[in-house]
Amino acid sequence: MSATAVLAAAGGNTASIPAPHIEYGQLSPMLVVFGAAVAGVLVEAFVPRRLRHWTQVSLALVALIGAFVAVVVLAAQGHGSPRIDLLAMDSVALDGPALFLQGVILLVAVVAVLTYAERRLEPRAGGLPADAFAAQAAATPGGEQERAAVRAGFTTSEVFPLTMFAVGGMLLFPAANDLLTMFVALEVFSLPLYLLCALARRRRLLSQEAAVKYFLLGAFASAFFLFGTALLYGYAGSVKLGDIADVISGKAMTTAAQLSTTQSDALLLTGLAVLAVGLLFKVGAVPFHSWTPDVYQGAPTPVTGFMASATKVAAFGAFLRLFYVAFPGLRLDWRPVMWGVAILTMVVGAVLAVTQQDVKRLLAYSSIAHAGFILTGVIAVNKQGLSSVLFYLLAYSFVTLGAFAVVTLVRDSKGEATHLSSWAGLGRRSPLVAAVFALFLLAFAGIPLTSGFTGKFAVFQAAAAGGATPLVVVGVLSSAVAAFFYIRVIVLMFFSDPKPGGPTVAIPSAFTATAIGLGVLVTLVLGVLPQYFLDLASKASLFAY
Amino acid sequence: MSVLLSATCVVPAAGAVLTAALPAGSTEARRTTTKYVALGVSAVTLVLAAVVALRFDPHGARYQLTESYSWIRSFGITFSLGVDGIGAVLALLTAVLVPVVMLASWHDADPAPAAPGTGPDPDTFEGRRRTQGFFALILAVEAMVVVSFYALDVFVFYVFFEAMLIPMYFLIGGFGDRAGGPESARQRSYAAVKFLLYNLLGGLVMLAAVIGLYVIAQDQGFGTFDLPGLTSAIADGRLRLSGTAENVLFLGFFFAFAVKAPLWPLHTWLPNAMGEATAGTAVLITAVVDKVGTFAMLRFCLGLFPDASKTFAPAILVLSVIGILYGALLAVGQKDIKRLVAYASISHFGFIIMGVFALTSQGQSGATLYMVNHGLSTAAWMLVAGFLISRRGSRLIADYGGVQKTAPVLAGTFLIGSLATLSLPGLAPFVSEFLVLVGTFTRYPAIGIVATFGIVLAALYALLLYQRTMTGPVKEGVREMPDLRARELAVVAPLVALTILLGVYPKPLTDLVNPSVNATLSQVHETDPAPAHPVAATSGGEQK
Repeated sequence: MSATAVLAAAGGNTASIPAPHIEYGQLSPMLVVFGAAVAGVLVEAFVPRRLRHWTQVSLALVALIGAFVAVVVLAAQGHGSPRIDLLAMDSVALDGPALFLQGVILLVAVVAVLTYAERRLEPRAGGLPADAFAAQAAATPGGEQERAAVRAGFTTSEVFPLTMFAVGGMLLFPAANDLLTMFVALEVFSLPLYLLCALARRRRLLSQEAAVKYFLLGAFASAFFLFGTALLYGYAGSVKLGDIADVISGKAMTTAAQLSTTQSDALLLTGLAVLAVGLLFKVGAVPFHSWTPDVYQGAPTPVTGFMASATKVAAFGAFLRLFYVAFPGLRLDWRPVMWGVAILTMVVGAVLAVTQQDVKRLLAYSSIAHAGFILTGVIAVNKQGLSSVLFYLLAYSFVTLGAFAVVTLVRDSKGEATHLSSWAGLGRRSPLVAAVFALFLLAFAGIPLTSGFTGKFAVFQAAAAGGATPLVVVGVLSSAVAAFFYIRVIVLMFFSDPKPGGPTVAIPSAFTATAIGLGVLVTLVLGVLPQYFLDLASKASLFAY
Repeated sequence: MSVLLSATCVVPAAGAVLTAALPAGSTEARRTTTKYVALGVSAVTLVLAAVVALRFDPHGARYQLTESYSWIRSFGITFSLGVDGIGAVLALLTAVLVPVVMLASWHDADPAPAAPGTGPDPDTFEGRRRTQGFFALILAVEAMVVVSFYALDVFVFYVFFEAMLIPMYFLIGGFGDRAGGPESARQRSYAAVKFLLYNLLGGLVMLAAVIGLYVIAQDQGFGTFDLPGLTSAIADGRLRLSGTAENVLFLGFFFAFAVKAPLWPLHTWLPNAMGEATAGTAVLITAVVDKVGTFAMLRFCLGLFPDASKTFAPAILVLSVIGILYGALLAVGQKDIKRLVAYASISHFGFIIMGVFALTSQGQSGATLYMVNHGLSTAAWMLVAGFLISRRGSRLIADYGGVQKTAPVLAGTFLIGSLATLSLPGLAPFVSEFLVLVGTFTRYPAIGIVATFGIVLAALYALLLYQRTMTGPVKEGVREMPDLRARELAVVAPLVALTILLGVYPKPLTDLVNPSVNATLSQVHETDPAPAHPVAATSGGEQK
């Protein structure tokens, strides 16, 4: 779409540029989501306040499920595998990984919207049910205006269109076949996320701080990405991933490369490095991880869950496409660096998590460690590596969503009780919730018969087959460290005595219950009977090129 | 394809789910129903495991009653089961011990009496579900252990080897001695975490080795985890592991099993776990779960890595002898009855591992028998000790004295357990300990001689414990001690009977085990050294 706009504008000046050919049917998942996002903005403008919540929830769910159906239909028609297409003037790829990841992102978004729609956990404000989002985002925290908004029972139902825009960008990001489209997609999904982070109903200041941090650092990362794009354009004379790969492998020579090979190598390597910084920031890999704990802690918990799972899926999708399509010829150059990043990410994530006292920060550090595990699969650069990363992303995102959904349930008078000490003895008072959370923690730890184990086994096996045995050893050892803090939480929940006046577990509505239930189901199915999904991931693991 | 093996695995697993799902309630009647359901399930499992052992033909194929189901094709994983004599005997041991442990722990999971701070309030969810939870966890452990003994797929074995940690962890952490207060709750959760972390680390190291084995095998066209397939390919050289790779993979597998078994110096979790858990759980740890470790050494380390096993055997023997003496010495010095039993077990595990890695047929069949006999005798010893502790409410040896005057039957059975532990001739452990020592001596005389001191020390700790607790003047608090009740007698009687029976007539067991042991030994290309008479002495040094 972005490419359409650019080309259409260009078309006005020179008649020689033909009108772009757009395959609407094959782009339908993205079109549906973006359309729903625009419609959501109109809903904000025209639908009466009391109807907005339900209108937005239904619109978002219908659109997301519709888009998912479109993905399934495309896959059933043979798109992705065996058919591989380049759409919209070669700017979007329709291949296995793109379709698989779009399906995952859409399912994740459905579950996330379910947690957004929860209105039974917060006490009613102004006589109306309240959700997890600020009454009026623009009001000064703690100010008179905010109090008035709360009294009036305002809610920020803009979160739904914002999320839909983010989902649209995320759908495009792993499918983008040129660096510019990729950049546009990056911005389209990042900007709504910055806003969403600032919208927590409780602890407004913390939430706004998180948003500012995320925005500033995210803007840096985007700038890096764009700078890398420019350098690579300078090197290859094209932003298309396939063209860049051709120039690297020497199949095609373009201007800059012809001018001077030494200079262009510098352009190429610098460009690649700078581009990688942008992406590593988004996946939260060390040393670009420092935003993660603060942002995860400050953002409204449903948003954290969405961000932690969907962003990671989209960003790793783009990561895979870049390194498997554009830069496989440079494997020897980037692999050692990525080894270092993966090792650092696993070790730092696992070790720092041990000292955390806040559940959301703990999950943030655990997500860093998991980014490291996923990177070991990325580095394998073989078909197994690709399919194992796809599978891992599917497994990881549902565990993450479920875990954050459970976090929204444990509450005291100040809102969510995220400090670990207040989770003591939870298993004694609410064994079911504690058992579900323990299941998610065990999946994070990679205990057999959970999805986490299958995923970990798949990536480690791919890494070992790709010759990265030391990475597997580091991965296994940091898994052991990581297991320590997951188990610490389980001990706290089951074997410690509850504190008097500690938090209670709120009874959620069907929305959150469904979200958690889906998380449990996916965790167990991918752990016990993963064959179908492994096949799917393996079938999907061929990039358009 | 017979479904006997999968039935033996599925029955306790389904029973665990059923028990957990029974209606909750704090009334005595509800709890009793739960207990009888769990006991019934374990009895059915016992019958099935016995049928498996009877149907196993020692002179037939190496693995029998095999079953195979497709599981994760992408990684070449099939859910394949099969027994050899060793697996059949150990699964039967598990199936015998579980109902006994349940019966012994009959009241361990009842809601605590009203005294504040001692346990959960019977009216809370936890209070009402506690009994179901305890018995369901025991059945879950049983199911996973049985799968491990029957698994013919390396991956399936690994999965259940790891997964059994979780129910075990909750058994240790959630249900401890009633005796202690808040301090003991802290100790208990420490013990549970230590147990889990040690074993998880071992398991993760093994995971790396499992992946490494798979990748190497896949490179050579064996994209499978099938154990018989892999061992035969390794044995006839179709699948080649380089020397370094084999050594590293062997160590990866061995590390996990040595933590589980446990072998000195990886044993430190065991005294904590056995000390803090209930007597029944302690028996599950030492007599059931830990046996998977020693069993896996026999099956996986020797089968998959024959050359590395030979390379590392001397080093492992040294560690196991250290374990024998160290465990026994520390047992002598213990003040706490349950920790004493734990250190005695460490000493016994030293004998088992020594028997496995002596690489002689006597040593290995001795080790297999040792696993069974240690399971039976330690169960008897530990459970009677548990009955004793529950009467007095203290684990300290110093709090007891003169029990044989007030509770003679209890003292008598405790004496039999003690004598079995020190391997008195006529009781089952003697046969196995003798075989292990003979098997070791024929190949490594020095190690065999040093290990013999372990027997002397065993007499010291077992008899000292008996003397201090059971004889002498009757101590305060022991005066009113009741003797064994009918339920407790039902627990001890089968264990004592089996200990005596297998001590006098071990033939059925050895017949079942020996062919499998010889098959294992032939994988390592190892034969027994020639008898050391003067003529053969010159050629005796050449040990193929």
